[in-house]
Amino acid sequence: MLADLISWAPELFEGLRLTVGMTFGGMAIALVLGLLLALGRISPSAWLRAPVVVFVELIRGSPLLLQLFYLYYVLPAFGLKLTPIEAGLLGLGINYGAYLSEVFRAGIAAVSPGQREAAESLGMSGGQTMRFIILPQAWRIVIPPTGNYFVSLFKDTALVSTISIAELMFQGQLIASDTFRYMRIYSIIFVIYVVISIPASMGVRWLERHFNRSAAAR
Amino acid sequence: MRPIIEIQDLSKSYGPVQVLHDVSLTVTTGEVVVIIGASGSGKSTLIRCINGLERFGAGAILVDGFALTPSDAKGRRNMSQLKEIRREVGMVFQQFNLFPHKTVLENVMLAPVQVRKWQRDRAEATAMRLLDRVGLRDHVHKYPAQLSGGQQQRVAIARSLAMEPRVMLFDEPTSALDPEMVGEVLEVMRGLAREGMTMIIVTHEMGFAREVADRVVYIDHGRVLEEGPPAAIFDNPQQERTKAFLSRVLKH
Repeated sequence: MLADLISWAPELFEGLRLTVGMTFGGMAIALVLGLLLALGRISPSAWLRAPVVVFVELIRGSPLLLQLFYLYYVLPAFGLKLTPIEAGLLGLGINYGAYLSEVFRAGIAAVSPGQREAAESLGMSGGQTMRFIILPQAWRIVIPPTGNYFVSLFKDTALVSTISIAELMFQGQLIASDTFRYMRIYSIIFVIYVVISIPASMGVRWLERHFNRSAAAR
Repeated sequence: MRPIIEIQDLSKSYGPVQVLHDVSLTVTTGEVVVIIGASGSGKSTLIRCINGLERFGAGAILVDGFALTPSDAKGRRNMSQLKEIRREVGMVFQQFNLFPHKTVLENVMLAPVQVRKWQRDRAEATAMRLLDRVGLRDHVHKYPAQLSGGQQQRVAIARSLAMEPRVMLFDEPTSALDPEMVGEVLEVMRGLAREGMTMIIVTHEMGFAREVADRVVYIDHGRVLEEGPPAAIFDNPQQERTKAFLSRVLKH
């Protein structure tokens, strides 16, 4: 077992590196897109709101796997050829961005309306009110659910193995088809995922308690 | 004295319910106007129209020459005039509405720096002077939640004053306070009145109204029913409804 592990270590390490990279890269896109979609969804302009609502619902209503295939296999038909990494990052980012936009929207809505009134009565513009008053308070509210999506995204990166990104799952499949030692390699992959995701989940729960405490102290 | 606020035939409805009926009110520079009336009479709604926190359906509001006009059917309105008005008009809320994620000093400095574009040094000096004046110099680095209600409301007053407003609106500033903290807030307001600040105050503190008001306005079901000097309103009300309201609130 140990000998196998050592001989497979370079591939597994390379796979893990890509998995972590896809997680952080996908999350970065998801955070930016999620915030933009949330702001679009609460915009006073129906011309902005309507397409955002439609987009978010379409993304949330279809499988991530299908979205990845669309980006990688269908977009080239429209002249947009993405590398596997580009398609993977974009797919994960768009999918999680749609879910995060709902989290952010709820967080913004949870800030007391009196805060906006106070800021406006001081002459602050809508943008200043959002930036200095609403978002900093909404941020504390959305950190725990956002952390949960982060952990979830880490596990969902396994799906990008299907568009030939050689991340952890993909490396496991390669090793399995070379050696036929299914139980051994997939157990190792399993352990690698949970050794990362369980402490990460615990970290999110700690953050949640931490923010609840500091919110209660206010 | 020239008028700084002129409200003409203001009407407002929430759906089918009309909450203000052709309200007209003129306030001259330096005047302290106290608005009294039962809960739900429209007095808070009236002063919230002055700085555009509420939209209205008909009439006009002029603040120092800047005009607020009724919103159109889609709720759109003239934002450039509203922006000017908000720079000139400060407001103090029943629930204080301090920014909980910012310290006392940051609460007071934020708008002068972001809206008036003052240098931080100047904004900080002004903030410290105002916080000293409301008796909170020792608390400038605390967060709002670390202060009592009375202290929070005094910070809120300092925060409004930092914008150097020409008019201050007070929307039931002591209604959310424990009784022992009402006095410290009224004392700050008394000081402002003495210095000649133009103030419109919605309050249930009748003793305070009688003491500081130049004029008392009684609002009933969205209409100005009676107005005049405090002595006239409190000692010799002309309208039956005013008499009934005063006998209800003064009995306690």
